Amino acid sequence: MTDTTASSRPSAAAGPAARRGPALLPRLAPYLQAAPLTVVLVLFLLVPILTIVAVSFWDYDSVRIYPDFVLTNYTELLSSPVTWKTYLSTLKYAALTWAITAVIGFTVAYFLAFHVRSTTWQMVLFLLCTIPFWTSNIIRMISWIPFLGRNGLLNSGLISAGIIDQPLEFLLFSDFSVVLAFVHLYTLFMVVPVFNSMMRIDRALIEAARDGGAGGAQILWNVILPLTKPGIAIGSIFVVTLVMGDFITVRLMSGGQSASIGLMIANEISLLQYPAAAANAVVLLAVVLMMVAAMLRVVDIRKEL
Amino acid sequence: MTDSRSTPKAAASTTGVSRRALLKGTAAVAGAAVGSGAITGFPTIWAQNIKNITLRQFGTGVSNLNAVADKVKEDLGFTLQMTALDSDAVTQRAVTQPKSYDIADIEYWICKKVFPAGVMQPMDVGRIKNFDKIVPIFVTGKLTPDSTIAQGTAPHTVGFVEGKESTTFAKAPTQWMTLIPTIYNADTLGIRPDLIGRPVTSWTDLLDPAFKGKASLLNIPSIGIMDAAMVCEAMGEIKYGDKGNMTKAEIDKTLKIMTDAKKAGQFRAFWKTFDESVNLMASGEVVIQSMWSPAVAAVRAKGIPCVYQPLKEGYRAWGGGLGIARHLSGLELEAAYEYINWYLSGWVGAYLNRQGYYSAVLDTARQHMTADEWAFWMEGQPAKTDILSPEGKLMEKAGAVRDGGSFADRMGRVACWNAVMDEDRYMVRKWNEFIAA
Repeated sequence: MTDTTASSRPSAAAGPAARRGPALLPRLAPYLQAAPLTVVLVLFLLVPILTIVAVSFWDYDSVRIYPDFVLTNYTELLSSPVTWKTYLSTLKYAALTWAITAVIGFTVAYFLAFHVRSTTWQMVLFLLCTIPFWTSNIIRMISWIPFLGRNGLLNSGLISAGIIDQPLEFLLFSDFSVVLAFVHLYTLFMVVPVFNSMMRIDRALIEAARDGGAGGAQILWNVILPLTKPGIAIGSIFVVTLVMGDFITVRLMSGGQSASIGLMIANEISLLQYPAAAANAVVLLAVVLMMVAAMLRVVDIRKEL
Repeated sequence: MTDSRSTPKAAASTTGVSRRALLKGTAAVAGAAVGSGAITGFPTIWAQNIKNITLRQFGTGVSNLNAVADKVKEDLGFTLQMTALDSDAVTQRAVTQPKSYDIADIEYWICKKVFPAGVMQPMDVGRIKNFDKIVPIFVTGKLTPDSTIAQGTAPHTVGFVEGKESTTFAKAPTQWMTLIPTIYNADTLGIRPDLIGRPVTSWTDLLDPAFKGKASLLNIPSIGIMDAAMVCEAMGEIKYGDKGNMTKAEIDKTLKIMTDAKKAGQFRAFWKTFDESVNLMASGEVVIQSMWSPAVAAVRAKGIPCVYQPLKEGYRAWGGGLGIARHLSGLELEAAYEYINWYLSGWVGAYLNRQGYYSAVLDTARQHMTADEWAFWMEGQPAKTDILSPEGKLMEKAGAVRDGGSFADRMGRVACWNAVMDEDRYMVRKWNEFIAA
């Protein structure tokens, strides 16, 4: 995305500059202006990605990698049922996390944008949402473990309240705890863009809808939701890409019992199987890009920008 | 990836050059005698120069102890810089960044992977003063002349190479040793006796349905597969040719049994790091699991009962040692030999023994331990006084007996050594399938 804006801007600017005259500097200026970003992107994005793609065709044994052109990394990856199962479970995490964060994010943003009247309070409450981000990701995640454990706060609380008599085992080291941690970690990424979209909605539209006789639910569904779509799309891109690429949350919260694509790659790297990890990364990149492309087809986020 | 890898290399080579320049100067003073290695012990000629030397050691956390670095500075005068990494990272770095370290503190199964890459140099046993006193497990593979050699990557099988330039392992002891053994132990399952309430005697208990949802296995493929194999063999399901070098069929069968158990909900979690294993056990999430001896000590230190349970099928052992990087020469090489000789001279040995590990040269370590400490740790006798850790913290109260008993009882009952298999790549793939299943 950044790439296309970077390259389209200079060409658009270069047009008028070229018409103005043959002077060299004005014609070069836009290219020079775009150069720093281009250099950064080429060096730190394009080159590493191309390296990964190249390495994904190399051969390896337990200690070394050999420059080569073999497809075994891809055939082994794509023919293994584990890969498919892992993609499926990663997609399941992504879908669940996305759905829950979207609902929570939309609700929180709606409350902030339409129920809180004063801008000051809006900002105060909005900043309140960001407080969890003042501590590290991993700490926020790990703190769930003593809370949800077999002898954790929640279980012992429920037992002493007489609600249950056996500790609930599914609370920790399960899909439940993984999705819970994801939702906890990433809801803000949904709140922010949705809130931003909602703040841009012209309040006159809502008044007009009400004057036209629309009820609260109709306004929400026919006016606010369509106008918030770009925000939801941006939030979705954040959440989905973060979940798809994650490895530490899944490992810690599932107690090493479930796998994710990121975890698969991390395992391969730690076992020096760089080419296999690279092949896996290339496939993951392709899948995530397709998912983002699909989201962008549904919603035109340019309207937002 | 390429970027990040080349930077440390470049940095390492620049420091290498400056040190080498310093070396040339000293070599001129010290003369050829030093280079040829004729002088052993403390050659006073370069006693001053050695102070400027820094040896960079890296390895797994177990033996990268700051106390050792401090003592080296005090006793030998040079600086020892230590980096601790997990075993996968150690293997990786040992092979891919051979200039980034001077001394590698690695396990024997890692050595089997690393040494053939030609990044290390073997050591002349003639220059190791206590070589004769090294526990015979590391030389002949037998603790006593009539003991049988355990399966797996037994240290003596990768302990020697044919010659100074050789990277192929020798079948019998030679003049050239790959690693000088430093630290080793016999591992078994850890249990919470208070939550189990019945005697645990066999590896099969890990898969006992009574502990459903309360068992754990470590998720480091090359070690986890061994624990799994111990379980499967104890169940009588599989008879292995060599647990440390399984065939594809054996790997499949082993992991089939484990996968079935996993699907039935036997395991609560799989752990990868020391602290994870401690927390799982201390919180009661898990009552029986693969464990390392200091982790058991850490659980006990919280006042929670935990036993490092000896099992009738025997132990899974591991061992580590110090190796010298190929690029080391001159004064630095001298310092490395000096360090290794010092390592075997007793102080470190006593330190490691007091942590519950074993040291390679027992005689010298004994001189640095009290009679009571020696009796508790090495002879399996009840402690007469409180047993303290090397840092002076209380480890066991008077009257306690070490789990598993004496050195001979524990190291004499090793069923298998940590290993790297010929079918390594296949095993790792299957292991990952098991974890993802």
